[in-house]
Amino acid sequence: MRRLTFLGLACLGVFVTSLHGQQKQLGLGHTPSMQELREWKSTVLPDGSGLPPGSGTPAQGKRVYLDKCSACHGDQGQGNEPPAPQLVGGIGTLASSSPIRTVGSYWPYATTVWDFIRRAMPYSRPGTLTADETYAVTAYLLSLNKIIPRNAVMDQKTLPAIRMPNRDGFVPDPRPDVR
Amino acid sequence: MRPADTRHKLSRRQLLSSATGLGAAALLPRNASAQQPPEASNELGLPARPYGFRSPFEKDVVRLVDSGSGRTPLQDLQGIITPSALHYEILHFGMPIINPAHHELLIDGLVERPLIFTMKDLERMPAVSRIHFLECAGNSWREQVGNPGNTPEESHGLLSCTEWTGVPLAVLLEQTGLKPSARWILAEGADVGRLARSLPVEKALDDIIVAYAQNGEALRPEQGYPVRLIVPGWEGNVNVKWLHRLEVLDQPAMTAWETGHYTDLLPSGKARQFTFVMEAKSVIVRPAGGQRLDGSGVYELTGLAWSGRGKISGVEVTVDGGRSWQKAELQEPIHTKAFTRFRWTWNWSGVETTIASRCTDETGYRQPTREQIIAARGLNATDHYNGIKWWRVRTDGQITHA
Repeated sequence: MRRLTFLGLACLGVFVTSLHGQQKQLGLGHTPSMQELREWKSTVLPDGSGLPPGSGTPAQGKRVYLDKCSACHGDQGQGNEPPAPQLVGGIGTLASSSPIRTVGSYWPYATTVWDFIRRAMPYSRPGTLTADETYAVTAYLLSLNKIIPRNAVMDQKTLPAIRMPNRDGFVPDPRPDVR
Repeated sequence: MRPADTRHKLSRRQLLSSATGLGAAALLPRNASAQQPPEASNELGLPARPYGFRSPFEKDVVRLVDSGSGRTPLQDLQGIITPSALHYEILHFGMPIINPAHHELLIDGLVERPLIFTMKDLERMPAVSRIHFLECAGNSWREQVGNPGNTPEESHGLLSCTEWTGVPLAVLLEQTGLKPSARWILAEGADVGRLARSLPVEKALDDIIVAYAQNGEALRPEQGYPVRLIVPGWEGNVNVKWLHRLEVLDQPAMTAWETGHYTDLLPSGKARQFTFVMEAKSVIVRPAGGQRLDGSGVYELTGLAWSGRGKISGVEVTVDGGRSWQKAELQEPIHTKAFTRFRWTWNWSGVETTIASRCTDETGYRQPTREQIIAARGLNATDHYNGIKWWRVRTDGQITHA
């Protein structure tokens, strides 16, 4: 990768020079104001950066979940596929002949659960949950999966500290693996 | 990515194979459909139109759709360019209709100068046009699990190839500059689900295009109007549509689409992640499943080959169940990371047989068999399947999957 970076940068230099002659800076585009940057909600990374202030518990999350999520995903997160995936269970099944891939059994980071709910759920009205509601629903799903205790509080500090069961379950792409 | 209800489409195919002049009927000898004298018009024709339309006799050449996807009717198309209106589509959160006057692209994160580009800004920048295929990661997953598609569109239809025009992402990143810690770029769409994928900076500097046009005109809404990423040779999902933000990071964001989905679970329980490239693959589209040969004799055998690693260097076909392989003719010019049309003239003796194609790309990689893929990855890693596709030709001329 490092070598590729160097090559890529070297190629970019040649490329941009040939494409624009002497001019690399085109003077197009404008600098975003702080207000404009705030309007784009930031991504949540595995280290927790991007998480907003707020908190939620499994009990609080259960109320939100039953109101806004259970119609598709079932009251216990059992899912209704397609299109609403199972959210709970499957831990320990990944190496079996019938693996069950859920938020609990497969997803490597708890922050991804928060990020996905914030971006994309509820399916019919994404972006409508508050930060507290998102923490709470995330907490409820983690609790249903027995990854956190029922009385745990999820916030900017506790959520990224969770170690998901499949945290070490991913490997890089080795292809071509067949010739 | 799930098999669509094909009942309607199959009945259409059966209709077509009864010599109505389209699709499979094109395989028939010319005299088979010549029951009526040729038509020449005796009336004044229609006036000019501001936007073209297809002959009403072509109305059955359509995408095979369910609510979230549309598959390209590969068996009905020619050459290497998919018409924009027949390009495959997958809509994870429906199709937004975006006003380009209000659309902006923000590049921020680990850059020297965060910038916002309007569509007018992008259109003033130096552009490139490139022909590239797009293929859904899960295209032909049914072949792997042993429930093969009956027709080329059912088995391989999440696949298309068109000319894309836009600004090289490298040019945009030259405007913002990159901080030394920049390693990944998160691309986010303006669809309601804000679909987002992380891509390595190396690929961004290599050949990614921020594309606003397809086949010479503005993108279609289902293709990301007004602007999308084209990531040549890589799985469809990372070609983020309705692109509105690029966030430069020192690590992948680990979004749901690169952890919970689009990862390849192996028998060991480990899963491959960031399996971006779509490896060399080919399929015969005529004669193929759902079509019928009208007796023994000469037929053009044709199909498509493509590789996410570069140019196709060769295609071989077999019409005797794999006992012998013949070199097919490749349509020139051959583009990198694009469809290559192959053709071979087949004189069918009328006996039952199975036919297939296999391709090689410029890296020397040869398309593997289904058995080889399953031996390497098991049955649960259903994305990125590129095995050889077999069709069975029966003595009555009917063709099915094999």
